[in-house]
Amino acid sequence: MKKLDLVIIGGGPAGMAAAVAAYEKGVRNLLILDREPQLGGILEQCIHNGFGLHRFKEELTGPEYAARFAEKVAEYGIPCLLNTMVLDLETESDGTKIVTAVSPQEGYLKLNARAVILAMGCRERPRGALNIAGTRPAGIYTAGAAQKFVNIKGQMPGKRVVILGSGDIGLIMARRMTLEGAKVEAVCELMPYSGGLTRNIVQCLADFGIPLKLSHTVVQIHGKERVEAVTIAAVGPDRRPIPGTEEKIPCDTLLLSVGLIPENELSRQAGVEMDPVTGGAVVDENRQTSIPGVFACGNVLHVHDLVDYVSEEAEIAGKQAAAYLDGCRMDAEMFPVSGKDGVRYVVPQRIRKGAAPFALYFRVGDVYRDVRIVVECGGKTLVSRIKKKVAPGEMETLPLKAEQVSQIDGLVTVRLEQKGAE
Amino acid sequence: MKYDVAVIGGGVVGSMILRELSRYQLKSILLERQEDVAMGASRANSAIVHAGFDAKPGTKKADFNVKGNALMETVAKELSVPFCRNGSMVLAFSDEDLETLETLRLRGEENGVPMLRILCPEEVWEKEPAISREIKGALWAPTGGIVCPYELTIGGIENAMDNGAELKTNFCVTGIRKDGDSFVVVSPEEEICASYIVNAAGLFADEIARMVGDDSFSISPRRGEYELLDKTQGTLVHATIFQPPTKMGKGILVTPTVDGNLLTGPTSEDISDKEDTETTAAGLDKVQKLAVKSVPGINYRNVITAFTGLRACPDSGDFVIGPAKGEPHLIHAAGIESPGLTSAPAIAPEIVRLLGEAGLPLHPKEDFCPNRRPFPKFREMSDEEREALVQQDPRFGKIVCRCETITEGEVLEAIHRNPPARSVDAVKRRTRAGMGRCQGGFCGPQVVEILARELGIPMDEVTKSGGKSRMLTGKTRGEGGAI
Repeated sequence: MKKLDLVIIGGGPAGMAAAVAAYEKGVRNLLILDREPQLGGILEQCIHNGFGLHRFKEELTGPEYAARFAEKVAEYGIPCLLNTMVLDLETESDGTKIVTAVSPQEGYLKLNARAVILAMGCRERPRGALNIAGTRPAGIYTAGAAQKFVNIKGQMPGKRVVILGSGDIGLIMARRMTLEGAKVEAVCELMPYSGGLTRNIVQCLADFGIPLKLSHTVVQIHGKERVEAVTIAAVGPDRRPIPGTEEKIPCDTLLLSVGLIPENELSRQAGVEMDPVTGGAVVDENRQTSIPGVFACGNVLHVHDLVDYVSEEAEIAGKQAAAYLDGCRMDAEMFPVSGKDGVRYVVPQRIRKGAAPFALYFRVGDVYRDVRIVVECGGKTLVSRIKKKVAPGEMETLPLKAEQVSQIDGLVTVRLEQKGAE
Repeated sequence: MKYDVAVIGGGVVGSMILRELSRYQLKSILLERQEDVAMGASRANSAIVHAGFDAKPGTKKADFNVKGNALMETVAKELSVPFCRNGSMVLAFSDEDLETLETLRLRGEENGVPMLRILCPEEVWEKEPAISREIKGALWAPTGGIVCPYELTIGGIENAMDNGAELKTNFCVTGIRKDGDSFVVVSPEEEICASYIVNAAGLFADEIARMVGDDSFSISPRRGEYELLDKTQGTLVHATIFQPPTKMGKGILVTPTVDGNLLTGPTSEDISDKEDTETTAAGLDKVQKLAVKSVPGINYRNVITAFTGLRACPDSGDFVIGPAKGEPHLIHAAGIESPGLTSAPAIAPEIVRLLGEAGLPLHPKEDFCPNRRPFPKFREMSDEEREALVQQDPRFGKIVCRCETITEGEVLEAIHRNPPARSVDAVKRRTRAGMGRCQGGFCGPQVVEILARELGIPMDEVTKSGGKSRMLTGKTRGEGGAI
């Protein structure tokens, strides 16, 4: 069995950044595995621009952003096995991991690795999870599948489109389909606010006159063979359709952009402890999971809205995997982190005693204006910061300085306080 | 072209009959109106092999159910179709329900169902810890089982074709006329001749009967809505969990499937449109509400799809098996509602016997092979088997569907084996590509591409399930397309 120091599962933005960071910290016997025929992950089909504003202060397309990292991978000569799907991950009694994978070129292979970085990304929530009534004709796609058809295969999934969900991919596809000559009739969003970035709502919908129908959902799909129409309806505060508000919109396509789910079947199978809210692994500030030597980063850990943050997080995982391989022990006492009062989740979920400075990433459960974000530990306030607006669609970052980190000696909570609340 | 027997209808009943016919020196053909087989009730049902305690003693349903249950194990093995005798339970929620269970038990014993037993609540919870604490007891039927209905249908037809039978899809029978001693079966495109006809046309069996002047029965559709959940929910229960039966059927069940998912449903609603397979908000709501009555812990956030099946309910209330009124050379296998899937392996030899009685010469084929070549299932193989398979054919090393671990090699088998898959859904039924938690989000585009390549057609001619169900509407502007 081939022996490696580090195997990185996934060659998208997270996997590449993690590999590059690990290499820069001295790891040489490493390998990236990816199921696609090229590196880059989902960025390869994201041909719109807007990537890298934070990191490179430039507006790159997805493939351009990916290329920056792929070039580094090539420059360092980091080996990659492409068209390779990882099927299984197990921990041996000596703490090393066995990675089972398959590819047409390499066949069925088993690798032994001292450390593993999980960077498998996420997938889209399908129709089934939404329970939309009606027929099951052709013409219902997730926004990402439609994006692949249009941008990679050069094929149009439809000509007259309704989009359910205002996640970023849905917004991007509203513009993309319009540019390809399709008519986007409406984007319906169940919630009273969009789950996408404000800039995408402006640039992808407003600029093209595409209506965004907040507090609306699709209640029925019509058409036996191909979609012929959808019925939409307004929803009340309980998010249930309000009778009498139904409107039937003729269309041939329904695109779904109703959420992303970290793709963690492999992690679960490996026995990694999961966070039911993020759908990703429970990690410490080094991005190490509950299994020593197994790290996680990027959208497999929690869904990010900007790839810049994926790269940032992956670099933490890459560096810390290198430290782990150098024999750095990471079994110090851990303090849990939890969100409350409007904070849905916080990553990392645990902080090691004596941790180096790090940042907390979190998401809120609703739109709040003029709130105070408070980070507390055992009655001490570590951070208190006022924010004009927080929304579920935008991830918040909260860097902690060394003196703040040094005060952590128990449960850390992140919560929202209504500024000037009565 | 003249056939000895034409079987109308490519559901599980037609499939089993075609296979039975292929044991004999006969020229047989199966005619299916859709683009693939297993497109009606055989595609969307509870996938249950019933023990046989539901049907009234003395009915055809009772007889064929118990016989079919006993045959299923062998048939599934020969056809290499997953089957599991997981046992079934009928729950009682009240003292009145307990009386119903006793009635069912006695009825089952009269029907010849072995090993039936009434369990006290503690025994139930020991077997099935996820069952409601509200129950008063349950009827336990260890011979109950689960099977994949469309795989059984496809497997039976493949085996029949390997033994010389033929299949014509997209053949919608619009008329039958007599030409001397034989029948001419007419579709809008072509006609075929056959000496005998078997009517296994499911919901449309009454219409076929009327084509030869037999109006002795009618079939009406009964809608049943289901919700299928992800494999995370698939181990919640091990047995098939029923609620006490009512006039409208066996109530809402909760069952694992042979593929490891959890299936809940069906509702039961008499409708008039034989093609109305829509799901409804009210129906799905009802499925959830009633299913959690049996198993409170079902997490409906893990639904991966919902679907509607239509049962072919005969007005007589029992299977219609026998020669048509006034037409002894047409044999009905009609009105095969529940427990039809279970009964199909037993109905088939009976239909062949009736054909023989009607004068069809039955000379066994010496070289009949009952075994279907197993469909390679990468996901179920051992390390050694996987290694050998990929070495032999690298296309089995290319994972197309990551949720279900389906390889390109399997997709190619589906397209090139009998009965051939010609659409995305047909590939899905044969391989499970697209049947997982992402529901084809990732593998959909790849399957479309492989189908286009293998069938030698442009991508935008690939359909979801035949007819006008095209997946794509043309090329993008960059590829030279025009809106």
